[in-house]
Amino acid sequence: MTEPIIRIDRLDKSFGALKVLDGLSFDVMPGEKLALIGPSGSGKTTILRILMTLETITGGHIEVCGEQLYHMQKAGKEVPADEAHLHHMRRHIGMVFQHFNLFPHKSVIDNITLAPMLTKAEPKARAEARARELLEMVGLADKAKAMPSQLSGGQKQRVAIARALALQPRIMLFDEVTSALDPELVEEVLLVMKRLAAETDMTMLLVTHEMGFAHEFADRVLFFDKGRIVEQGPPDKIFTTPTHERTQTFLRKIIAAGHRV
Amino acid sequence: MGDWSGYLALILQGALVTAQLTVMGSALALVAAFVAGLGRIAPFAPVRWLATVYIEFFRGTSIFVQLFWVYFVLPFAGITLSPLMAGVMALGLNVGAYGAEVVRGAILSVPRDQYEATVALNLTKGQRMRHVILPQALPLMLPTFGNNAIELLKATAVVSLISLTDMTFQAQVVRAQTGSTLIPFITILILYFAMATVIASGVRALERRMTRGLDGVR
Ligand SMILES: Nc1ncnc2c1ncn2[C@@H]1O[C@H](COP(=O)(O)OP(=O)(O)O)[C@@H](O)[C@H]1O
Ligand SMILES: [Mg+2]
Repeated sequence: MTEPIIRIDRLDKSFGALKVLDGLSFDVMPGEKLALIGPSGSGKTTILRILMTLETITGGHIEVCGEQLYHMQKAGKEVPADEAHLHHMRRHIGMVFQHFNLFPHKSVIDNITLAPMLTKAEPKARAEARARELLEMVGLADKAKAMPSQLSGGQKQRVAIARALALQPRIMLFDEVTSALDPELVEEVLLVMKRLAAETDMTMLLVTHEMGFAHEFADRVLFFDKGRIVEQGPPDKIFTTPTHERTQTFLRKIIAAGHRV
Repeated sequence: MGDWSGYLALILQGALVTAQLTVMGSALALVAAFVAGLGRIAPFAPVRWLATVYIEFFRGTSIFVQLFWVYFVLPFAGITLSPLMAGVMALGLNVGAYGAEVVRGAILSVPRDQYEATVALNLTKGQRMRHVILPQALPLMLPTFGNNAIELLKATAVVSLISLTDMTFQAQVVRAQTGSTLIPFITILILYFAMATVIASGVRALERRMTRGLDGVR
């Protein structure tokens, strides 16, 4: 039996007095494609940000690739992870943001090669060759020398995906990667992600309001509300015969808002 | 009429001192601005306090007093500086204190998104600053740095107080010797203005170079 690649164990997260995640536990298996859905404010982004070490946690444990993410052992005792440990853990994980977060002062190819050259000491020629392969894969081979400001939103997001992939993380996190895009640009990004899901054995966690895409993409869907998992299961089950009242209401609202299921 | 070419040579010697003070003072100011500006946002609290004390002290007291301290009081502590070094010290540290706030403000104005991307790409703290944050903050600092350098140039005149023969000092020598006020002071007016223009256009050229491509017009 294979071990989970991510183990979330009774995770708590509060912002001041606001409890956002409440004793959350779930595992993710290697290669699994997970869709996180739920109403706005239910804590989906926070989960991804915690996995990317962009937040601190209030309580609980997270294990990634067999090691504690936010804790480490020191003299036989468990202590909070220091920056060196976080750095060590981050190499397993990549993230694509809603607003792309490309570096505006660097060309497309420099955006992609920066991290491999700095964090893996890859020689420039090799990093660029790999970047060009990735640009090919996301359909932007001709944009290597362009500046981010010259690209459309959909193109920017595809560059951001290539940039995250360049570090070859075992786990990729996608936070509403199409929700900042004009509707006509959504499809080109989803297409890239579908290919990625089909062609790699990366573990992927996806937060989305695109229910049709989640249905196609995911092996398992988690429905969140108020920082807890209300219901989870294979997409066919969650999208066609949800058992919980709240899941049904949420999906009805989403359909009424014009999203495809 | 006296020997005007001799007097002009005197003023040009002074101009050289003024230029030296400006260049060296600006260099020190730049270093001080970055050290104190980064110190102000350092994670380690004592570093932040130290930077704050430096900035507040040098902004809260006059350059005149600072120069006197550096030149006349520091020797009691066993530190004796040449008049030029004392002038560079006082000017550089004074203007650096203003520059520190510019550095800090520019760094903090780089969107948080950018920082988060560097974390997701697993860059180290030094790499984040060097490759992503500073390159975007620098173009924001430049215009104010240019103004600060010009302020520093104008402030160099105070060094005549510690018997440094800068341009203003020499103009007064010429005035005393010739009895003419107009000619020496018109001369240094033009020279100060020329130097300020060189600084301003230099900074503008640098700014153009740094922002190339940033706005997509290239
Ligand atoms: N940095 C923060 N400070 C305070 N509250 C926050 C912060 N980030 C998120 N929250 C709050 O946490 C809750 C969950 O947010 P989020 O994880 O973004 O939800 P979702 O992505 O499901 O819409 C929301 O109520 C949000 O306002
Ligand atoms: Mg969100």
